[in-house]
Amino acid sequence: MISLAGRDILHSWGKFVLTGFGLGLLIGATLTMAGVYRGMVDDARALLNNSGADIWVVQKDTQGPYAESSSIKDDAYRGVLGLPGVAQAASVTYLTMQVRQGNTDSRTMVVGFESGQPGEPPYLVAGRRLIRGHFEAIADVKTGFRLGERILIRRHGYEVVGLTRRMVSSGGDPMVFIPLKDAQEAQFLKDDDAIIADRARTAANPALNRPGVPGLLDAVTAAQTINHSVNAVLVRVGADSNAATVAQDIRRWKHLQAYTREQMEEILIEKLVATSAKQIGMFLAILTIVSAAIVAFIIYTMTLGKIREIAVLKLIGTRNRTIAGMILQQALGLGLIGFVIGKISATLWAPAFPKYVLLETADAVRALVIIMVVCALASTLAIRTALKVDPATAIGG
Amino acid sequence: MSRFLNRRLAFIAVGLALVATFAWVVVRSGPLAPVRVTVTQVARADLAPQLFGIGVVEARRSYLVGPTTAGRVRSVSADVGETVRAGQLLAEMDPVDLDQRLSAAAAAAARAKSAVNTAAAQLADSVARREVAAANARRYDDLGKRGFVSSAVTEGKTQEMTSAAAQVTATEATLAAARQDMARFNAEREGAQQSRANLRLLAPADGVVTARDAEPGSTVVAGQPVLRLVAKDSLWVKLRLDQHRSAGLKVGLPAEIVLRSRPGEVFAGIVARIELLSDSVTEERIAQLSFETPPTDVSVGEMSEATLRLPGIKQALVLPNAALRQHGGKTGVWMQSAEGLTFVAVKTGVSGADGRVQIFDGLKEGDAVIVHSERDLGEHSRVKVASALAGS
Repeated sequence: MISLAGRDILHSWGKFVLTGFGLGLLIGATLTMAGVYRGMVDDARALLNNSGADIWVVQKDTQGPYAESSSIKDDAYRGVLGLPGVAQAASVTYLTMQVRQGNTDSRTMVVGFESGQPGEPPYLVAGRRLIRGHFEAIADVKTGFRLGERILIRRHGYEVVGLTRRMVSSGGDPMVFIPLKDAQEAQFLKDDDAIIADRARTAANPALNRPGVPGLLDAVTAAQTINHSVNAVLVRVGADSNAATVAQDIRRWKHLQAYTREQMEEILIEKLVATSAKQIGMFLAILTIVSAAIVAFIIYTMTLGKIREIAVLKLIGTRNRTIAGMILQQALGLGLIGFVIGKISATLWAPAFPKYVLLETADAVRALVIIMVVCALASTLAIRTALKVDPATAIGG
Repeated sequence: MSRFLNRRLAFIAVGLALVATFAWVVVRSGPLAPVRVTVTQVARADLAPQLFGIGVVEARRSYLVGPTTAGRVRSVSADVGETVRAGQLLAEMDPVDLDQRLSAAAAAAARAKSAVNTAAAQLADSVARREVAAANARRYDDLGKRGFVSSAVTEGKTQEMTSAAAQVTATEATLAAARQDMARFNAEREGAQQSRANLRLLAPADGVVTARDAEPGSTVVAGQPVLRLVAKDSLWVKLRLDQHRSAGLKVGLPAEIVLRSRPGEVFAGIVARIELLSDSVTEERIAQLSFETPPTDVSVGEMSEATLRLPGIKQALVLPNAALRQHGGKTGVWMQSAEGLTFVAVKTGVSGADGRVQIFDGLKEGDAVIVHSERDLGEHSRVKVASALAGS
């Protein structure tokens, strides 16, 4: 038995393939939109994974360090380290800022970390880890920095010695990792003019600039330019300890806020990226509906365009089942081609996006099912029309 | 019919191409795709460890020149940047009434000298009287023995002689007192002179003036500096090193110093002193580096970076430090073998300047170890070895 659908497709395969291609690009756009949504959530998860922490210790009554600003003293980690169940604890700072390289600058999140402690990037794609205590940096490849380049953070230059990947803030800004002490200084270091103005302000204060107490002004000025604050302490618990219990201990005895991994994920995904993720999700839903409608129309109009041929088929006595099967097969084939092209195009253009686009296999399978169902439904409409065709139209109008 | 065949072939070709591209896309991305990694072998090599710290240029000898008592500055004769010699007058304090007190002391000393002269003259006079009295007494004693004069006369003369001798003793005491007075007034005058000289602020050593803190007319308290000096040949770098990167710090280690003003230039130096106290707040150790040949026109307070070369380690088992990972609470590396990936916990030693780190145990020479990877790895990760991943 010859395949009517195959024959028909071969008859006008150029048109068929082009229609499939157009459909595919539309499906590709929808898949990409799903990928953007997934990427946004995944950025938040990547931030948590890459810090390598089990507990985040932040300023009391804040939801820092990512969702809110948090500031604690840099010796807080010593107290935390003394609690039972804590294997590692280290201070970190996070600051979103422009990092200059040559004449350009890029928006990054600068992370201050201690070598070998939580907060360090877990893997590198090029170069080495830091071996100096100052002025070396590891950058995410998305920053565009290359090994050996010098980048400027505030007034100091840093040499890029290592590159890493998928280290992003919850907003998707690529990270630059520098030693903690440099980061503390960078976070609070003002420009020269501001420092001089501050000194003048202090000198004008009669309580701080007393003629009978030489040296007081110098001491006050020196105290103003030192920063002993960090944004959070990252804690890794021992193998046989429960993070929730340790976090409870920290809250109870250290008077600091402590979040476990689950709580942090909730803060990031439920609160921080919730609105923008919902925005994208809403758009994704509309795009899916629009795509489904367009697929349905294409299938329907394609069938209508073949009314005369169907009439001929009916005239020569083709059974209704054969005609319906032909239309259904064509619709499903078109859907399949569209899906394949959509998946390929989405995969090809996803890396070109500035922010991470995560194409999940489950999304692809879901899309395939939806496309097939939509094609089948659309073809039933077309089949109904086709079966109602009067065979006389083949020779008449 | 052949036209139909051609079409069918073309259609099949397009279909195959699509299927092939799709398969490639599925395998190359998503969860099925392998993680691209770079691999290296554990090797023996020489390690050149180094310490790195930042510091500021300071003067080993710096001087605060100021008065020892509160007072008003009368004149300041040196300015910032001037080179001064030891003993050079830098500033002078207002003496207020010190000059008058000095002349009073001088007058008192002169008066004491006159008093000494008077006493000496009186002494000479009383000595003469005593001699006359003694001669008279001797004479009358002789006459009395022979019976020419009464014993009352003789006794009178003897008493005159004794009185004259006592007068001499008294006058001698007066002279000594006058001399002591003179010494006292002289000392007082010298003291006043010293106080006066103390108001002249002199350079304690050769140096350069770094600050002029008070201008003529301003009042300063005791100990407050009017001028600050540093000895220019005593410049060194006060270096701060992270405590956890300070092992091996020793006096005499060679250092390479880079000044912020001249980033391209390296000055040779040496660790001159290590402070026993480290900064417990910033968790840093403090050491001083001296320059082999002090750079000219360097400024005190200038930021500098220093690299200290530690003695090298010969033929150690080494790995790039990018290979070290945290997994299951342990530090180790992912070893690649025919069976797949295994995590091996390792103990690390010193780190070389090139980013290679010494491995103590867990690995042997020739083991293949993953250095860079595009993602975090696990036991079941599929990997694909590449020569380089990105950006290099």
